[in-house]
Amino acid sequence: MTGLDPLPLWLAVPVALFLVLGSTLTLLGTVGLVRLRSFYDRIHAPTLGTSWGAAAILIASLLSWSWLQDRAMVHEVVIGVFLLITTPVTMMLLGRTALVRDRAKGSPDVPPPAGSRSD
Amino acid sequence: MSRILPHPLLTLALILMWLVLTRASLGHLVLGTAVGVGAGLVYARLETGPTRLRSVTALVRLAGVVALDIVRSNAAVAVLIVSSRRHRKSGFVEIPLRLQDPTGLALLAMIITGTPGTAWLEHDRASGVLLLHVFDLKDPEDWRHLIRTRYEALLLEAFA
Repeated sequence: MTGLDPLPLWLAVPVALFLVLGSTLTLLGTVGLVRLRSFYDRIHAPTLGTSWGAAAILIASLLSWSWLQDRAMVHEVVIGVFLLITTPVTMMLLGRTALVRDRAKGSPDVPPPAGSRSD
Repeated sequence: MSRILPHPLLTLALILMWLVLTRASLGHLVLGTAVGVGAGLVYARLETGPTRLRSVTALVRLAGVVALDIVRSNAAVAVLIVSSRRHRKSGFVEIPLRLQDPTGLALLAMIITGTPGTAWLEHDRASGVLLLHVFDLKDPEDWRHLIRTRYEALLLEAFA
């Protein structure tokens, strides 16, 4: 006996599929975070979890709770919107910090700041 | 009125959101109103300037394009991480943007961050040059073309 018993099969299947899809993408993102070499490659990996990874899990939650509680749930939509708005902030903070540090070290792989170019 | 409520729409939207997320009651109405008014005051201090939305259809089209791209790039990056191809090359791309409107730029940042495989690193306000990092970089010119025609054109259409 679980709380999901009243869920009919036709709804349980897509819910399960979305859950597996979302968690797989999020897991892949974390694997990438560990395995990739450079910092700039690494910031790409977790965006799997913040885009479709999160979206698929939220869709699964939306489907099951809309059925179980007999009303459309907006919590998931709000969570999705907030994720979309807030991730660029973290991303830019991390990215620019890395840029500033690499430039200060004089790393040749990093492009110079836009204002200081000769052309 | 305008000193307490500089952004009445934002305040109203936040109060509504608060009531929908909690069980609507008088206490939550008071709390949500406090949050909404406070956020409106804070937002006014950011001085983003007025935003004029010119075309809603352009935004709707953009949302469709982006939804599709997010799905596609998720699949692409997931495959790249699993296969860990040795010859994958990542790199920086500089893109000169014509878009100046802060709201439009914020939306572009959300799009670029939301599609895995591209990371927004730096935007220079004076020259309008955006520095991107691309996970699987074959030809920088492709990415310049993609960002400018696929997203920027629609954003320029949407915001004055």
